[in-house]
Amino acid sequence: MTEIKERVATPEPPPELPALGLVGWLRWTWRQLTSMKTALVLLFLLALGAVPGSLIPQTGVDPIGVADFLEANPKLGPFYDKLGLFDVYKSAWFSAIYLLLFISLIGCVVPRLGVYLKAVRARPPQPPRNLHKLAAYETYDADSADGVLEAATRELKRRRYRVEQYDGAVAAERGYLREAGNLLFHFSLILALLGVAWGSLFGYRGTVLVVEGNGFSNSVAQYDDFTSGQAFTGDDDLPPFSLTVQNFAVKFQESGPQRGAAREFNAALTYQESPDGPEKSYDLRVNHPLKLDGSSVYLLGHGYAPKVTVKDGDGKVAFSGPAPFLPQDGNFSSFGVIKAPDARPLALGFEGFFLPTAVIDERGPRSVFPDDLDPALAMTAYYGRPQKETGKPESVYQLDKTKLTQFENGDDKLRFQLQPGDSFTLPDKAGSITFDGYSAWVKIQISHTPGTDVALGGIMLAILGLMGSLFVHPRRTWVRVRTQDGRTVVEIAGLDRGADRGVAGELRTLAKTLTSTTQEKP
Amino acid sequence: MSPETYAQVSNLLIPTATVIYAIAMVSHAMEWALGRTAVAVKSEVQDQVLVASDGTPAAGGTTDGVESPAVENAGRTARMDAASRIGLLLTWLGFVLHLGGVVTRGLAAERVPWGNMYEFSITASLAVAIVYLVFVQRYKLQWLGLGVTLVVAAVLGLASLALYTPAGPLVPALHSYWLVIHVAAAAISGGAFTVGGLVSVLYLVKARAERKVLAGGAMSASLRRLPSAEAMDGTAYKVLAFAFPLWTFGVLVAGPIWAEYAWGRYWGWDPKEVWSLVTWVVYAAYLHARATAGWRGRRAAIIAIVGWFVFIFNFVGVNLLVSGLHSYAGV
Repeated sequence: MTEIKERVATPEPPPELPALGLVGWLRWTWRQLTSMKTALVLLFLLALGAVPGSLIPQTGVDPIGVADFLEANPKLGPFYDKLGLFDVYKSAWFSAIYLLLFISLIGCVVPRLGVYLKAVRARPPQPPRNLHKLAAYETYDADSADGVLEAATRELKRRRYRVEQYDGAVAAERGYLREAGNLLFHFSLILALLGVAWGSLFGYRGTVLVVEGNGFSNSVAQYDDFTSGQAFTGDDDLPPFSLTVQNFAVKFQESGPQRGAAREFNAALTYQESPDGPEKSYDLRVNHPLKLDGSSVYLLGHGYAPKVTVKDGDGKVAFSGPAPFLPQDGNFSSFGVIKAPDARPLALGFEGFFLPTAVIDERGPRSVFPDDLDPALAMTAYYGRPQKETGKPESVYQLDKTKLTQFENGDDKLRFQLQPGDSFTLPDKAGSITFDGYSAWVKIQISHTPGTDVALGGIMLAILGLMGSLFVHPRRTWVRVRTQDGRTVVEIAGLDRGADRGVAGELRTLAKTLTSTTQEKP
Repeated sequence: MSPETYAQVSNLLIPTATVIYAIAMVSHAMEWALGRTAVAVKSEVQDQVLVASDGTPAAGGTTDGVESPAVENAGRTARMDAASRIGLLLTWLGFVLHLGGVVTRGLAAERVPWGNMYEFSITASLAVAIVYLVFVQRYKLQWLGLGVTLVVAAVLGLASLALYTPAGPLVPALHSYWLVIHVAAAAISGGAFTVGGLVSVLYLVKARAERKVLAGGAMSASLRRLPSAEAMDGTAYKVLAFAFPLWTFGVLVAGPIWAEYAWGRYWGWDPKEVWSLVTWVVYAAYLHARATAGWRGRRAAIIAIVGWFVFIFNFVGVNLLVSGLHSYAGV
């Protein structure tokens, strides 16, 4: 669309609008929509409309941020929500902008394709009557007309012009690829967008937190979080692989200004592509996803899962195993809960921090390094009446404290710290907790986005077309031989279509070539 | 040499280059100051030397209409030329030191020198200098010296004072050769956006002066030294036409491919992605505007300047104000 002259012209609205009728109105609307000015306005609207999504937290990117925002802005929040500002890129108004732009684009380029297909078959046009009025013009007196046009044809063809013979003149044109590139760019953009649309319709993406030593098999129910496109049908669309995280290793910078920055993550996996397939292994690292039957497995994050054993007042084990704690800061001070709802006589719950390198001072318990140099658990405990199983899903990262009471220690709430191996006995013989150790957990994302090849191919073709439309410069050149007052006059003229690209220089060279090949030496 | 030595050399070269660029800027500022006063001579726009796209005087504009009315004026022109030449020479010197600083930084960190905001700043400003120095001969861009040295010196100074991060290894997400491709494409096209933005600013200044002259006013000698507004419009277009496909590749091909490898999705509306797209859309609008009657010239130039600001915001604002997956600033 860089050469706009040919874009469907928008007629000036008539001073007094006559009755257009439905068809007339439709035609008028279509012309408005496909006009360049509308396209420009829509482009600006698209740019402007994309901005709020980068400044306001988005449901798809940062759901916690959205919740925080709603809490912090009780008046503004719901208003933003109504405007779709928490999910800008799926909102009706944003979709309206890009759909209109898409229609405008198609409405612009499809007719231009027809125009171009005609133009590309057309022969270079007749020379204008007054060649000397063109932007570039050269003339000289020839000894004779013989051979001049033939030499001009040869030279122009050598310069990759398309040449047409006319009576006493040749016409030449080059740079047909500019409009081809222009059209290729826009059609490829449509192709790329179709690829993107395909991916968002049929794709899926889910994340799951897997503790070292545990496994995962690919079905919707196993995911912690799962989103899919409208055309995704469920488990039938998921490849039936399973994997186990055997080991997770992480290295942190131990000195210098970037102390604590992660240097290397590596999750050693074993996996089976199908339930009865052979077991294979893979080192899952950032930037090195595992490709499985069209789906990709990514390592997104990691954390610690303290292993604890909770015994109840009766001395029975009410909970045993790792509980994933979620990192709250760069040093992996990790918050989490341990639930023992089946403890008797009282149900028990624990909440607190796992600290890989623990420091406990006046600022409270915190970690000062992400690696496990001096791990500790800093916890508090709750009790309550045993509840009936409701079957309602609960977060494994939060205690429902509505029916729980915090243990007390004198006038203060009960707080205790455990090193690995330590146990703590709860007051009133309610039970005990033992910090057995800890393992790592990894957050794994599994996703499948079809159509990426189409999108990528489309955008690569678009760049190719773009380069054609930006760097190819169409030019027309004419050479005419006529007799004037008994002299044989050779005229060479040309013009650059679009900005001047030095047509004059080429004509001077052309004139020199013609004189040297057709003139006898004086 | 050990990485530590390289780091020391880099930390010496970058501030030195900053100072040299600043002196170059002073030299160019003097060039402008000398020509500040309007010269009361015949100064029709048509008499300006119309520099054509390839740098040769275009047909119809071969005469310089300045009828050197006084020896003083000739002397002043000579002094302005000298200041311009000294400025360019110092820019070359600053560039060599700057290049050395960036290369030694890479050697110190044992990787490409664009892993955090400090490094990206010194590399992107190097790209501005490269784009300027490459085009300065071809398109006679000496008149852009003040703007370029100002921007490069300011970015380098800011990088050294506010963004400095000691050389070190990268976080795992950046361990990819796409870092080389994606960031290099962004830095070079960013350099070109900057040059295009500066040209467009001067275009607006010159176009305004030309309109004033047509209304019977006078034009200062500094502005007279600039190419015609039309020629500057052409230069801005060429630089931006070079940048746009590169930016398209950098943010819509290399970026998504890498994002697919590192984060498991090729596009996720991360703030940096959003602003890269906004930048792309604005420059797409620029190319369309330049080819649309009624938008050519002034409006197109304004869009180019808006695009430049959007790019700058993407680079500075998004890194410092908004948190997202691209938070590698290290400050």
